[in-house]
Amino acid sequence: MSPDRNKTEQRRPDWAALAVAVVLAAIAAVIFIDVSRLKGTGGYSQVGPATVPDWIGFALIGLAIWTVIEAFRGDFPTRDKQEIGPVVWIVAGLVAQMLLLRVAGFSIATGILFGLTAAGFGKRKLWITIPLGIVVCLFIWLIFAGLLQLALPAGPLERLFW
Amino acid sequence: MSTFEFLLQGLASAAQPINLLYALIGVTLGTAVGVLPGIGPALTVALLLPVTYRLDPTGSLIMFAGIYYGGMYGGSTTSILLNTPGESASIVTALEGNKMARAGRGGPALATSAIGSFVAGLIATLALAFIAPYIVKLALVFGPREYFALMVLAFVTVSSAFGDSTLRGLTSLFIGLAFSVVGIDQLTGQNRLSFGIPDLLDGIEVTTMAVAMFAIGETLFIAAQGNKGPETVEAVKGSVWMSAQDWARSWKAWLRGTAIGFPIGAMPAGGAEIGTFLSYATEKRLSKHPEEFGNGAIEGVAGPEAANNASAAGTLVPLLTLGLPTSATAAIMLAGFQQYGLQPGPLLFVTNPQLVWGLIASLLIANLMLLVLNLPLVGLWVKLLTIPKPWLYAGILLFATLGTIGANPSVFELGMLLTFGFLGYVMRVLGYPIAPVVVGLILGPLAEQQLRRALAISQGDVTTLVQSPIAAVLLILAALAFIIPLILRIRGRGEVLSQMAASED
Repeated sequence: MSPDRNKTEQRRPDWAALAVAVVLAAIAAVIFIDVSRLKGTGGYSQVGPATVPDWIGFALIGLAIWTVIEAFRGDFPTRDKQEIGPVVWIVAGLVAQMLLLRVAGFSIATGILFGLTAAGFGKRKLWITIPLGIVVCLFIWLIFAGLLQLALPAGPLERLFW
Repeated sequence: MSTFEFLLQGLASAAQPINLLYALIGVTLGTAVGVLPGIGPALTVALLLPVTYRLDPTGSLIMFAGIYYGGMYGGSTTSILLNTPGESASIVTALEGNKMARAGRGGPALATSAIGSFVAGLIATLALAFIAPYIVKLALVFGPREYFALMVLAFVTVSSAFGDSTLRGLTSLFIGLAFSVVGIDQLTGQNRLSFGIPDLLDGIEVTTMAVAMFAIGETLFIAAQGNKGPETVEAVKGSVWMSAQDWARSWKAWLRGTAIGFPIGAMPAGGAEIGTFLSYATEKRLSKHPEEFGNGAIEGVAGPEAANNASAAGTLVPLLTLGLPTSATAAIMLAGFQQYGLQPGPLLFVTNPQLVWGLIASLLIANLMLLVLNLPLVGLWVKLLTIPKPWLYAGILLFATLGTIGANPSVFELGMLLTFGFLGYVMRVLGYPIAPVVVGLILGPLAEQQLRRALAISQGDVTTLVQSPIAAVLLILAALAFIIPLILRIRGRGEVLSQMAASED
């Protein structure tokens, strides 16, 4: 990286960093609004449940301002290009598991997560990976719910065994 | 009773057949998971925590000790055979160890790392046993303000002293602290930031946060890098035994590494991997074969590996005696204690000595088991390294969600897992460290309690915090740990600090 080339790039603010600053300020705002109803409960030392959240809120505001300064100075490290596709596959898998867990039970829901995650890493043959995942998960369910007595939700498949 | 008697009693309890079995399961699982590329000790402990849910406290903590030490061993095997300096604890091991493996000396590299870890673990665990009672005595004179000052020091060293940016370290810490105030306030019973959602009243689970940030965040991050070509696993050629010369060159390095690693781990600077770097530098300077460094010097594996394990045992000193976690791994272990309603600290030594000493004794036993288990089974661990990425990460997510579902089978909890996982991904992309979030989340409520007690005693006078000499000294140390790195970075000398960053433990 030559210094000259950097200079032209640094003139533009780092939008991602600015977004971080906005998020930090938003968290601080949520904290201030939520704990404002707890004011006056501190007793006579004036130290109550709102004290520490307030301090954290002020610190977050300070960090947001600092982030804005660094964003304009271009102090954030350069980022590698991110591939969106795989992230979408995996997030879809987690969402599917979350929605199906109650209805379809642990094995089917988690088997779908397994297949979609593998798809995110390049194994796109879902008709193989999902059934494989379901079998693996059923096996794990039998060990963990059966032997270790973890409360893993049962679905139609699990009821065949238990 | 003296320390020695307590330790013997602990050994007797840890040597019961059922506890030995727990320790064996713990070290085996810990090594197997720790070997998997991209999984460090913190994630190993977080992923395997659910396995221990249904055991009694003693049994589960013993299994836990095995998982902790096993995860450490597994990590170094990975870095020797696979050149992935992703696990901060093993960066230095990868430096020389991988070179040795490429030169066909993978066997001796693994052996010196395993035996060095054993020696260091043994000495450091004994040191832990003998130092702990003194620190407990010291801790008994600590009041709320001294505890608060100590926690501030831990906050600063974990978040901003190391790593490549003060701003990003502090931001991570305060995100963790902001999450830590969610739920019912422990002193007044008021709801804070729970927005009427019953699931949030108990606060955010540390294990959910840790698993989301480390497992799901890391998986998303690796997936988003696309295919960068396969990594090569070095086959272990030749004998795993060390020659007489290897022994002669290793033993001093082990002892020096232990002497460097333990004190650093025991200080509230904790998990930062300074010890391994210092040990590497020391060995390089003292070696009779400096030309070999960079091309596979055995001292360069032996010393840092010993330092690494010694500092892992060292972090247990503040954790057990003060209840102060100084690394992400220790933070998750603290969560494991809390799950049984146990609060580590000076009182635990008084109220539950069998448990504490049983844990310390089982660390010794786990250490011995690992030595016996690791060398013969190295072929099996190598096979684990060759699992293709799609199956590896599909399996990691399976177990990550299994743990969360097992702890609390609710859709809401899975939603938090997904949200924090995505947060962990975005933080990785933007270069924010992860460990401070986890430490902030677990230490936040403890620090808040101490602060509010201190302020309640002084009737709201903030200057009370610096009026005790111990607290004042600790706060000055914290200020120095904050300011000195800031100046170093401004003057462009930050590279050393960013190398020492503890990305995971």
